[in-house]
Amino acid sequence: MNYPAMNKLVISATVNGDAESFLCDPGTTLLDALRTELGLTGTKEGCGSGDCGACTVMLDGAMVCSCLVLAAEAEGMAIHTIEGVAEGGALHPVQAKFLELGALQCGFCTPGFIVAAKALLERHPDPSETEIRYWLAGNLCRCTGYDKIIRAVIEAGAELRQERKAPELGTQDRQRLVSDPSDSTDRGALATIEDAALSDAAFEGEAAAAKVVGNEPHPTEIEP
Amino acid sequence: MNAPQPQHAFRVVGTRPVRPDGVDKVTGKAIYGPDFVAPGMLYGAILRSPHAHARIRSIGTSKASALPGVKAVATGRDFPTIESLVMTVGESASDIVHVARNCLALDKVLYEGHAVAAVAATSQAAADAAIQAITVDYDVLPHVLGLEEAMREGAPLLHDDVFTKGVSPKPDKPSNASMKVVIERGDIDAALAGAAAVASGRYTMEPVHQGYIEPHGCVASWNADGQAQIWCSSQGAFAVRSQVASMLGIAQADLRVTPLEIGGGFGGKTAVYLEPVAMLLSRKAGRPVRLVMSRGDVFRATGPAPGAVIDVRLGADADGKLVGADIEFKYHGGAYPGLNAHSGVICSIGHYNVPNARLIGWEVLGNRPASKAYRAPGAPQVNFAVESAMDEIALQLGIDPIELRLRNAVRPGDPQPTGVPFGAIGYVECLEAAKAHRHWSAPLGPNQGRGLAGGFWGNYGGPSTAQVSITEDGSVTVTTGSPDIGGSRASMAMMAAETLQVPYEQVRVTIADTAAIGFSMVTGGSRVTFATGKAVIAAASQVVDTLKARAARIWGVEPGEVAWTDGEAVCSSGAKAGERMTLRQVAARAAHAGGPISAEAALNAAGWLPGFAVHICDVEADAETGHVRVLRYTAVQDVGRAIHPDYVEGQIQGGAVQGIGWALNETYVYNADGRLDNPGFLDYRMPVASDLPMIEAVMVEVPNPDHPYGVKGVGEVPIVPPLAAVANAVARAAGVRLRDLPLSPDRVYAALNAR
Repeated sequence: MNYPAMNKLVISATVNGDAESFLCDPGTTLLDALRTELGLTGTKEGCGSGDCGACTVMLDGAMVCSCLVLAAEAEGMAIHTIEGVAEGGALHPVQAKFLELGALQCGFCTPGFIVAAKALLERHPDPSETEIRYWLAGNLCRCTGYDKIIRAVIEAGAELRQERKAPELGTQDRQRLVSDPSDSTDRGALATIEDAALSDAAFEGEAAAAKVVGNEPHPTEIEP
Repeated sequence: MNAPQPQHAFRVVGTRPVRPDGVDKVTGKAIYGPDFVAPGMLYGAILRSPHAHARIRSIGTSKASALPGVKAVATGRDFPTIESLVMTVGESASDIVHVARNCLALDKVLYEGHAVAAVAATSQAAADAAIQAITVDYDVLPHVLGLEEAMREGAPLLHDDVFTKGVSPKPDKPSNASMKVVIERGDIDAALAGAAAVASGRYTMEPVHQGYIEPHGCVASWNADGQAQIWCSSQGAFAVRSQVASMLGIAQADLRVTPLEIGGGFGGKTAVYLEPVAMLLSRKAGRPVRLVMSRGDVFRATGPAPGAVIDVRLGADADGKLVGADIEFKYHGGAYPGLNAHSGVICSIGHYNVPNARLIGWEVLGNRPASKAYRAPGAPQVNFAVESAMDEIALQLGIDPIELRLRNAVRPGDPQPTGVPFGAIGYVECLEAAKAHRHWSAPLGPNQGRGLAGGFWGNYGGPSTAQVSITEDGSVTVTTGSPDIGGSRASMAMMAAETLQVPYEQVRVTIADTAAIGFSMVTGGSRVTFATGKAVIAAASQVVDTLKARAARIWGVEPGEVAWTDGEAVCSSGAKAGERMTLRQVAARAAHAGGPISAEAALNAAGWLPGFAVHICDVEADAETGHVRVLRYTAVQDVGRAIHPDYVEGQIQGGAVQGIGWALNETYVYNADGRLDNPGFLDYRMPVASDLPMIEAVMVEVPNPDHPYGVKGVGEVPIVPPLAAVANAVARAAGVRLRDLPLSPDRVYAALNAR
């Protein structure tokens, strides 16, 4: 232990689009710096070892567990956290769909899921259920059993696709993508491991996609 | 008022509106246990035992106290000497002396991770460094982990003042067996001797953890005048208040506990661990102190659900009618008694009519963290054994598993294990819905199997307080003391809106601190929507009466001449007959026409009904790796009436998946030194999204006649059937029955290759 002889570092980074500077110890994680130095407590610590994904943030466009990144490593980089997902008063479609479909119970894992799901849809606008399940496999949720989370991401993807291009799907078509939970139709075949696994090809050109989606305003409002 | 209304009469109940706290939770604004900051706050750290069992000879704190930034050091000696007092919080009961010892050990440490000393300092780094400077001289003692080992003569004894409760006469020697519960009826041995089919076996499992993603966290501030505040993430701010005040010898009114948002609990956050320690540090330092656990602390030192050894003999006649159940189980109590073997006995065969039964439950202590409630505490373990045995009887007799259960299922009026007749329960309706579901008859592929299991949990009601107020503009506030762990603000707003006949969005809900609202029992026992809901409906009904009286006064008519229709006062007779006054109009004039409109209901909610569930699970077992994959899962449950169906389905889906994890992956692994080998999410493997299919939740509505909107508790029973549903599916896929959880690849591989 070298306490108290510690030298603070000054770190400058862009946080949710704003230039920020903060002090940290050399061993401080990005997660602790965000939460303690910048007061951005929306990013959560569930484990501190990269196993739960509650601390997921974007670092220069890469999805990371902020508990596994030193704050000093973020020098000069662009950090995006849950606090930057909504644009002004308008929720991102992923956020709106989480609310509409009841995809959170306690809500503690929710920020990590939303950051991760947004990152997925920016890279891969039309993922299959299996692709969503594997992309989000690094995020633990203990309340929901993931069912409604997966449905919310499917619906958010559909909404984003409709925004970006000329509408290809009518409202009814979109609703058909996620079956009504009270519907007794056969949904057992939805989730099979034989579905196309995540292919690297799906993620090519991710930077361009991320920029386009990330800079566009999302007019989606929650319906009361 | 208590008779449930027919479904068509509802305008809000049964819809799926957005929860009122939703935006805060999808934007990162919601403040959870580890997020709260108080002015001048210090950071705490706790030194924990590296030993499973040891006597503490001495604790040296002077070096730590002298470090820069350190403002306080506390040990178990800082607690006042208190008398033994068993306090019931939620679904278990603990002696407050044991709770204090668990928060900070006094003479002995009883498990690896047991808290020994605590420090508060000006930074987390300083606090973490300071606990390393504390020296503890331990006299290491032999430890015991196993259930039957702990019951043996000569086993290391955890406490010399714990005697087996439930044994008469009271034993004269202390024991690690802290509780025995026995229910007997009929002649079990004769019944089994004459049975056409008997399924018997021994079933085992190690403890599993609740696995909430938010570690425990709190801030405490204890002022020089004796008044204190705690901000914490708990399932019950009132339970924190009563336990902390009792432990520290202060008046409950001097301690104000503010519930922060809670990141999951599942029963595990009905206990206190950090709050009393933060209080001691705060009193010494004169500043607020925050304590937050690491994930390793959570696994090592907070209550897992008990592991179990369960012996079962279940007998049926040739028609599949159960004739006898002989069940004896031993559950881990861990370091301290929790007195919770009872629910396991009640839930073992509570869903079937069995004329002859001998049901014996033991709680056994060992050098592990003290077991705590986990979703239907005590039920899933014994249900795993009983529903596996039911599957064996179905196979022996060649009877369809659902048909076998229908022949034995309890119906309204049948006796509960306690002898009291069941009320309007829906187990048969669940079985019929499972039978009719297309999942039950869908084709299966090679190496695939389908399992089914039923389950029962008693649920609870109990004390709750709620306040409903009309603002000056006619919007509505609802205040309760029940922490919202899974969307209950929405169901409270919906029930108030239904009663007041106003739109859901006109009602907003606050979870108040312990000084701002009267007592409510913990958020647990599947009780909040039922019991706190009853309080909200009662308060809203009083508000309706007041609104009618105020309108009558404004109109100059008798209160009996005003009706409340579509959220408006309607004059029904006299010169003003047919005139209407909106809620907004009444509210605007209320303050000067009789005073503000507000009502509080404080009640002890009776009339709760148990929950029943039937789960169907398809698996595929890989003979090359032993890996079991869940292909399809359908969970059928009697939900009484779903106030907000999304959150009812969410409870069912979440409980089912916790049960799947329990069945396939999750287990505590201790090494020979009594240290936990897997205190993290990497090695304690909870289900992730890619492990699972969609979980189909089928809500069967058999309304509760003792709740205005028909509510039954829904949160706990969904974790009861999955263990056996998965195991029965594996048994039918692989042709081998595994009786030891989890059904990990190594065990399944060995079983498949021993065929």
